[in-house]
Amino acid sequence: MKVGLFVPCYVDQFYPGAAIATLQLLEKLGVDVQYPSRQTCCGQPMANSGFEHLTNGCNELFIENFSGCDYIVCPSGSCVLHIKHHLHSEKNEVKAAGIRSKVYELVEFLTDVLKITNLEAKFPYKVGLHQSCHGQRGLHLSQMTELMAPAFSKPRYLLDMVSGLEIMPLDRPDECCGFGGTFCVAEEAVSVKMGKDRVADHIKNGVEYITAADLSCLMHMEGILRRQGSPLKVIHIAEILNGE
Amino acid sequence: MSSRDELLKAVAENQPMNFPLPEIEFLDSECIYLAETFINVLTSIGGAVVLIENLMEIETYILEKFKKSDRIVTTIPAIKWMAELIPATSIPPHALSNVDFAIIDTHCAVAENGAVWVTEKGIVNRALPFICQHLAVVVNARDIVSNMHSAYNLIGTDDYGYGTFISGPSKTADIEQSLVLGAHGPRSMTIFLIM
Amino acid sequence: MIAPDKDHAALANEFNKDEQRVDWHDETLWWVRQKRDNAVKKLPEWEELREAGSQIKNNVLGNLNYYLQQFETNAKANGVHVHWALDAKEHNEIVLDLLLSKGINKIVKSKSMLTEECNLNDYLLDNGVNVIDSDLGEFIVQLANEHPSHIVLPCIHKKKEEIGELFHQHLGTPSGNSDPIFLTETARQHLRETFLARKAALTGVNFAVAETGEFVVCTNEGNADMGAHLADIHIASMGIEKIIPERKHLGVFLRLLTRSATGQPITTYSSHFKKPRSGASIHIIIVDNGRSKQLGREDFRNSLKCIRCGACMNTCPVYRRSGGHSYHSAIAGPIGSILAPNLDMEKHADLPFASTLCGSCTNVCPVKIDIHDQLYKWRQVIVKNGHAPLAKNAALSVMTKILSSPVLYKVAGKLGRLTMKWVPLVVNNRFNPWYKQRELPEVPKNSFGEWYKKNRNHESKDK
Ligand code: SF4
Repeated sequence: MKVGLFVPCYVDQFYPGAAIATLQLLEKLGVDVQYPSRQTCCGQPMANSGFEHLTNGCNELFIENFSGCDYIVCPSGSCVLHIKHHLHSEKNEVKAAGIRSKVYELVEFLTDVLKITNLEAKFPYKVGLHQSCHGQRGLHLSQMTELMAPAFSKPRYLLDMVSGLEIMPLDRPDECCGFGGTFCVAEEAVSVKMGKDRVADHIKNGVEYITAADLSCLMHMEGILRRQGSPLKVIHIAEILNGE
Repeated sequence: MSSRDELLKAVAENQPMNFPLPEIEFLDSECIYLAETFINVLTSIGGAVVLIENLMEIETYILEKFKKSDRIVTTIPAIKWMAELIPATSIPPHALSNVDFAIIDTHCAVAENGAVWVTEKGIVNRALPFICQHLAVVVNARDIVSNMHSAYNLIGTDDYGYGTFISGPSKTADIEQSLVLGAHGPRSMTIFLIM
Repeated sequence: MIAPDKDHAALANEFNKDEQRVDWHDETLWWVRQKRDNAVKKLPEWEELREAGSQIKNNVLGNLNYYLQQFETNAKANGVHVHWALDAKEHNEIVLDLLLSKGINKIVKSKSMLTEECNLNDYLLDNGVNVIDSDLGEFIVQLANEHPSHIVLPCIHKKKEEIGELFHQHLGTPSGNSDPIFLTETARQHLRETFLARKAALTGVNFAVAETGEFVVCTNEGNADMGAHLADIHIASMGIEKIIPERKHLGVFLRLLTRSATGQPITTYSSHFKKPRSGASIHIIIVDNGRSKQLGREDFRNSLKCIRCGACMNTCPVYRRSGGHSYHSAIAGPIGSILAPNLDMEKHADLPFASTLCGSCTNVCPVKIDIHDQLYKWRQVIVKNGHAPLAKNAALSVMTKILSSPVLYKVAGKLGRLTMKWVPLVVNNRFNPWYKQRELPEVPKNSFGEWYKKNRNHESKDK
């Protein structure tokens, strides 16, 4: 099995630790991981701002980088969702369709493809699980509170394998953090308020680390926490699952 | 072209392909504890239920709750000796503006939402169940159905001029979401449930 | 409607100046969302019911032309007058003509978002007709000279103290009394006189049944019925999308509507108007006002399935923290943001961007409208039509260039990180909206790409 590691632009630039953890975790699980070095971005920031028509360059590059892989794995739910729904190609739509069907967010790759049942990981902290909207409502990583359907949570399933980790229940288990791509600057006031409220829920419930399968949400909440001088930290789920 | 024709033409030009209607019969579920569910739901939304064995018992309720000077009316001929019978001939709705208590008849009641279905047959005057200060509805336990699908099955093609589902007293929560009973219609709704 | 110079972001910014008030607004609406969840949980068949509602509405859209005519024929046979209006202007003129022809200059209205959309109140007032809104929430916003901020809870943005003060000023209640029971009773007494005196009543329409020609109006207060049954003439305004095929389909929609809206199992009154009572008349006005155009937009026609329950607003984290008025359109919130650009794309170009695309709206929608996908699609249409803000245009085309070129990307990334590391004040200043209330991420020494080159750069792993 040949897995292409897709590291979104902002993770590459700001959170290399999460990407390293993803790589090491997959390797630990016996996966042959390749990192195509010419990758940049999935094009989501442009598309969500209404500029999907400008993403052709990103798309072609993406296809070029990843066509040879059996799977594409990425530690960011929203980028995966974007590729799954919006990656097209004028030159080679068959290849684009292939990409769309084999791109996985890390958590779902672990639970649905590798089907792992245990992990050698330890993280003795109280953890709050942030359900990133695109991972949850878009990729269905977990059940959504709006629906009248049986509960499940893929990230939770993995976190439960980590010894010493305690998941803290939240008052609003799947409310958006307010990042929203360019929304975070275009609608600064509401975005910040949403982030503050989300963070407050974790603080109120005694959380020490907020984790998620999407770094964009974590980056947003971290920005707020650090401005508040809070001791609460954020950590990508790959870093917990890869923890010793 | 008239506005009507122009509008219909625009709709015809823009409407998508036909999409078949779904089967909805499966939604008509059976419920065993009809009366119990009905009572629970209705009381949870501010209604009251008085169990009776026959219509005579309504008089006790009236004597207990109302003064002699109160205007009490009904549309049920069988109890006209305890309340003023609203005549079937049309009277102006404004003539009912001082009604304190109205007792009306119903066709069926719905367990899932505590609603009763009334038409002009049971209320005689459309304004009556709204303009009175307090409302009572006589329901036969036999006539309780489980949900709205069953209710519409029962209503079928009935050719009423006006009909309404009433579920509890009139209410509002427009001020800071605090629930207040007695908005523009009745302040209370009592069901006389004949077991 | 309200036509401010400010866009959603600016209005939301103003709303957020009072953080406690934002918290209160958010909590109040979240509580309504929770009531909805509790009600829905009691129906094991909820998701099937949503599916049925959605499919019936799909059927309606595909056969609307036929159903409208079927409805007209049946309504006429029932003795109801049917009028057709292409736009808001024509709708308002029909209402005014009906009133003037009967010599009526006072009207009582129950809730109708369509008349808000048509700006009927102002039109009638300008033409010498006195209008009183009888829904308590609408009565309150009318006293305050405002517009509803929510389609189901019109004055949800107002605190009871403010309402007490309004009543004190306009109705002479004691100053400082803001008890909801007292205020509701005051409105009840005041409006009872209105109901008894008005000769004309206007209501909205929740559902119009093609098969029977009847229409259904849902209220909790009983105000639509009080108005209609006491007036000589009952005018009912409906958008063309209110049609449903058969009476039995009401079972589906009446089960969906109020559970989604407020968590009640059904509204207190679901009144079926089929024929006028003797001596009175019913007039229905069927209004297009842009709906047939929306019907022709393949990506957006689904928005016409809306039954106006308001659930998408209650669940929307942006709506809860920006208030209904920040949407500067008759219908606020997620659904408003996909309806409004159809009417005036330029004026409402900001609305589809007033969302994080979190998708909660789509999940609560009782008729399964793909609301957040439509928001995304409107963004594309708006940008292509040249309505994107200029700054956004320029910034994004630079970004696109960088992100579609591996070489440029690496250079830019390095510069970006270096800038942040060594000259933090250049980026961390008040002109950067991110930095106003948030720290920027701490800058790592190396990007992942660089780390990888150093640590894993052997043939088999890198092509
Ligand atoms: S779009 Fe759906 S959720 Fe929103 S008001 Fe309409 S029916 Fe309700």
